[in-house]
Order: sequence, then structure tokens, then C-alpha cells
Amino acid sequence: MAQLLSPLPGTFYRASAPDKPPFKADGDAVAVGDVIGLIEVMKSFHEVKAVVAGRNIRFVTDNEEPVMAGAVLAEVD
Amino acid sequence: MLKKLLVANRGEIAVRVIRAAQDLGIATVAVFSEADRDALHVQIADEAVNIGPPAAKKSYLNQSALLQAAAETGCDAVHPGYGFLAENAEFADACVAAGLIFVGPSGEAIRTMGDKVAARSAAHAAGVPVVPGSMGRVPDIAAARAILMETGFPVMIKAAAGGGGRGIRIANDLAEFEAAFPQAAAEALAAFGDGGLYMEKVIAQARHIEVQVLGDGRDAVHCWERECSLQRRRQKVWEEAPSRALSDRVREELCASAVRLTRAVGYSGAGTIEYLYDDAADRFYFIEMNTRIQVEHPVTEMITGIDLVAEGLRIAGGEPLRLTQRDIVARGHAIEVRLNAEDPSRDFAPFPGTVSDLRVPGGPGVRFESMLYAGYTVPPFYDSLLAKLVVHAETREAAITRLVRALKETRIAGLRTTKPLFLALADDPAVQANAVHTRWLEGWLATHSARLVPELEP
Repeated sequence: MAQLLSPLPGTFYRASAPDKPPFKADGDAVAVGDVIGLIEVMKSFHEVKAVVAGRNIRFVTDNEEPVMAGAVLAEVD
Repeated sequence: MLKKLLVANRGEIAVRVIRAAQDLGIATVAVFSEADRDALHVQIADEAVNIGPPAAKKSYLNQSALLQAAAETGCDAVHPGYGFLAENAEFADACVAAGLIFVGPSGEAIRTMGDKVAARSAAHAAGVPVVPGSMGRVPDIAAARAILMETGFPVMIKAAAGGGGRGIRIANDLAEFEAAFPQAAAEALAAFGDGGLYMEKVIAQARHIEVQVLGDGRDAVHCWERECSLQRRRQKVWEEAPSRALSDRVREELCASAVRLTRAVGYSGAGTIEYLYDDAADRFYFIEMNTRIQVEHPVTEMITGIDLVAEGLRIAGGEPLRLTQRDIVARGHAIEVRLNAEDPSRDFAPFPGTVSDLRVPGGPGVRFESMLYAGYTVPPFYDSLLAKLVVHAETREAAITRLVRALKETRIAGLRTTKPLFLALADDPAVQANAVHTRWLEGWLATHSARLVPELEP
């Protein structure tokens, strides 16, 4: 199992816009470089890219939840 | 006079409003999100109320939480600051419906000036020059073709319901226009639920000049102009008063036009009317009115000696304008720079964190508007403005010299800030000569930003 961490402090979003589907659904496979969410820091948005590959992603942080840098966003097998 | 004021904002503007209210003997209530428990505005207000989680939507934009906080603490007035709910007509109306005084214009005035088409029509009716283009929504492409006679090319097609640069297309010739117009209508309908369009001549190179006004609902005065041509992504970074680009004749015409419009809409409180100034043609054009106190209001305060926030509170409390136009005299030159928690050498990446040490600049003609203190942790959830450094001197040249002196005194340790940007701009011949326009800074950054590395002090 590996963890995907937030590179920045801010607000975590799972989709590019409220009316869009999430970048990844629970259970999806993840490749290195895949966007798994956005972090909003001081009104600017930054993509969170997976730094490890894995199967069966499980999000630990909810959509629109505040996070600190280094917080666990999701886990993969 | 108001008795107890709820300050429905955070950061430096909440601090600024609380200070102005306390100077007038008005009790203050701060509001804060869970991320702002340690914020300065919470510490200096007479009372403070927790209004919810960090996300602005759930706290500073939560109208019912704000109204409840006002009711529970016995406030008679609400100040919205800037941003958040400051230009939200429904919130202004909701305050009034709850028996509170909204410090600012009526919901009706916010609505009129917030609708680009209505604002443009109001300006035109008040004899304020507007950018050549449609006088309202363009009904169809045949009407649009007729408007091209006035605008020429390039022409801008804008979504009536758009904003912040969204929903804008530019056509450089007739062929592009014929293709872009129907596309823009379809896009506007999809994006904003409103397919209304309007058209405007593109002014290739212009300065951003704005006039500070005060109104009491009947009468209005101006407090001269500011120039804010140094912008990045339509965000102002450096503001001055007065503008060196205007002749006295144009300045008088510009300011008089702002007063006419302010009166025409029955405006109450402090507001700003924004213009583009085309140097080459020596003409100015109305863009929009901001129906609130603005970030850069201190430069006007420095040259006029007027406390604009305090005047806004007096007006809200029912006093008529205390100042006649003749009383409002501009002296010297003022410059404000926005110290943001951003790294200018890395495309202005945000840099929240803890202020490990703070040295605030001082001395004559220096003002530091901020919510910082040593040990304060800047939360990542809100905007990146840390401090506004404002300087005043007899001349623009002396103000720039003073700005550099004050910037060198300033130390915000633990964070990367935009300080190196302002040291470099102050040293640039184009800035020194005020030979700039609204797109100048972005071009300059393309070649200079790599050198703007902020020192990161422990």
C-alpha cells in the first residue's frame, strides 16, 4: 500500500469543477503523473499528480476538505 | 452615529475597518472562521464570533451565519469590507430586511452598477464617456454588424453575465466576427445560463485610472484619481495617487464625470469609478463602478488626509457628506504596493506559512496596513495579501525613493513575498518615467521574473 500526499496546504477538490466528475473514483487504478485532485491555495489552483502508481485508489480526504501540506489524500495498493 | 458594527470580513481590511470604527467610538464585532482563530482582527475587536469552517463558502460567505452573529451580539450595522459579500446585492438587502444598516450603497445601486450593461447605460445617461460599442444587449447579428461601424476592429464580444475576464472573445476582422458572434452567444448561454452579449471597441494600450467618490444618497464628491496600470492577470499590484499621466483639464473632466454618475445612481458610501485612459487619443472611457471600499483606498487617504472608511461609517450612520468639493485638496504623491505571500520568481506561487519575525517600516510618510504579527500563521484558504505598504512624499520621485527605503526596512521572515518585485519595479526606468500601461507588467515579467528571487529568512 502507498499513500498519496498533499504537496501544499489548502483546500482539496476531487473534480475540476463542481459539475464535473471526479478525476478519480474510488477503486480506480492510478499511473504516475495522473491528476488525482486539485489543491486551492490562496485562490490559486494546483494539480495534485500521483507520484506512485497503484490499483484501487481510496480517498482519505473528502472533497472541499481543508488539508495541511503532507496530509494523506488517498491510498493505493 | 452607528453603535455597534459587525465586520463581515477578515485580513487587513477587517483590521482597517475595526480601527476606523473604534476611532469613531463605535463598538466592533469581528467574525472568524475556524482557520482564523488567531487572526489579528479577532484580537483587536471588542467581541468576536466563530462563524464556521475554513472554507469561505461556509463562513465569510455564509449570509445566515453573519446575520445571526449580528443579531446575537446586538449590532446595528454590518461592514462588508471588500471581496466576499461586499458587492452582493442580496446580502445588502438581507441586512436591511434584518433591521441592520449595510455600510455601503443600497442593494439597488449594487445591482445596477454590478450589471455591466445597466452600468454602461447609466454612465452614458450621466454623460460619462463609455468605450464605443453596444449600449446594451445586442439583439442579433444584424444589430451587431451595425455596431461595428462605431467600434471598428479589433472588437470585443462579451457575455453580459460574464466577469473576471471570462466570456470574452476578440475578433480582428469581419470574418472572425461572423464566426465568433454565434459561438459566443452559445457559450454564454451554456456557461452563465444567459446568452446576452455586448460589444466593445478594443483599446489596445491604455492606463487604468479610477476616481474615488463619496456619496450620501443625494449628493456626491470625488477625492481625485488613482492610477493602477501595473497589473498582473488583471490584479493590481502597485497603485498611485494622483496619476501623472493626466493633464489638469482631463483630470477635472474625469473627476466631474465620476461625480455625475455617483449622483445619478443615488450612491451612498465610498465607491470607485474605473476608467481606461487612452494616452494616444487623450481620452478616457468608463469601465465599471466598484460599489465598495477598495484595497488601494489608502493612497487617496494619503494625498487628501481623509479617512475614507470613517467617512463611509458616518454616512451609514445617517450623516450627510461632511466635505464639500472645495475641502478636498490633493497634496503630494502616494504609492501603495501589495506585499503578497507569493514567490515572484516562481510564477507567483502562493506561499502560506508562519511569520517567524516581522519588522514593520516606519518614519515620515510611511503606512503599513496589515494583519501580520510575529508568530502569526498565514492560512492557505484565503487571498495572499499580507500587507499594503503605502508611502507619501512631496513628489512622485521622492515617493519612489521613500518606497525603496521602506521596502528595505521591511522584513517578513519565514515567508516568500512579492517584495523583490517592487524593489525591481522601483528601479526600472519605465516605472520611474510612468511610461506604463495595463499590459506592461506582464511583458516585463516575461523577461525579469527569474531574477525576482525572494530572500527566505529563517
